[in-house]
Amino acid sequence: MRSPSAPPVPPTAPALISEPPGLLELFTAFAKMSLAGFGGVLVWARRAIVDQHRWMTPEEFNETFALCHFLPGPNIVNLSVVFGARFAGVPGALAAMAGLLGPPVVIVTALAALYAQYGEIDALRRTLAGISCAAVGLLLAVILRMMMPLLVKRDVVGLSLLAAVFAAVGLLRWPLPSVLLVAIPLSLVVTYLVRRGRAA
Amino acid sequence: MTDADANPLWTLAWTFGLMSLFAVGGANSAIPEIHRIVVDSRHWMTDQQFSDVFAISQLSPGPNVLIVTLIGYQVAGVLGAMIATFSMCGPSAVLAYIIGRLFTRSSHARWPAVVQAALVPVSIGLMAASGLILTLAADTSWVAAFITGGVAVLAFTTRLNPLWLLAMGACLGFAGVV
Repeated sequence: MRSPSAPPVPPTAPALISEPPGLLELFTAFAKMSLAGFGGVLVWARRAIVDQHRWMTPEEFNETFALCHFLPGPNIVNLSVVFGARFAGVPGALAAMAGLLGPPVVIVTALAALYAQYGEIDALRRTLAGISCAAVGLLLAVILRMMMPLLVKRDVVGLSLLAAVFAAVGLLRWPLPSVLLVAIPLSLVVTYLVRRGRAA
Repeated sequence: MTDADANPLWTLAWTFGLMSLFAVGGANSAIPEIHRIVVDSRHWMTDQQFSDVFAISQLSPGPNVLIVTLIGYQVAGVLGAMIATFSMCGPSAVLAYIIGRLFTRSSHARWPAVVQAALVPVSIGLMAASGLILTLAADTSWVAAFITGGVAVLAFTTRLNPLWLLAMGACLGFAGVV
């Protein structure tokens, strides 16, 4: 939504939303947020897209992210594709995705080479083991944060579905595709019935 | 069924290409499946290498999905790294492009709230399974489990920068405590 007094021609549209980014700008913006993002790029993406460049309003950003979060695959990669495509079609999507993935892939590949070379050195071995413990702890905290809304609402149905998926994939180690082919339709039906029951 | 002889690049490509379309909730939800294939069924890596690679991916900048880059490198060098990354991101990116276009065109259509609500418990359940599998891989001693628990509590209750917590883990590890 541009300001109501603005003429309908985009190039002269002022204020809230700034000029749409070009391909190079898309690439560098996503490369920057990606390189800043240790342990998750989302916060930086939001900061760059909404606060710094004003390419989207917070509402538009939330809607776009919600869409990307519920598509399969890496969320932030999906976000870069949807965002880039919105401003510059396929080239835009490719530019944003290349910016997001290119530079960190180079860094990570270098780290992988170092690990393959020196991974057996004892001091590095011990240090990495310590980092793993901490990294897992961080992940557990994120999971707990995500579970809080369900716990607070005492959403028994949601928590049971969560527990069932956890048991099937984490404890029984069943293959993901088969679990999802059962879990997603089941969850859809149950959620729909619960909502309808509540509305009635 | 002699796909042990098959070119590992192909195996990487179709394994991660398929996973790309099943990773509901993002890269961290796919970890149980990645672990199942990479450690349990293909024996490309040991449990310890898997948890090392997870640590490296958390330490480096960029999206979490880059754990597959590290796995790809381990399996088949630089080319393996590229193919794993591309396969994990490509198919879902194409899907995102198509659906994104569809939704932009039909003005302000949103995901039906029911679909969103239904996917939340599934994706958190997958993340919880990731948590369990990585805990089992990383925490080989009581001290290690204690550090994981401590970091989880600190990260949950405070707003400390995660990098400090990782650095703390690194120091404890280097000192030989773990």
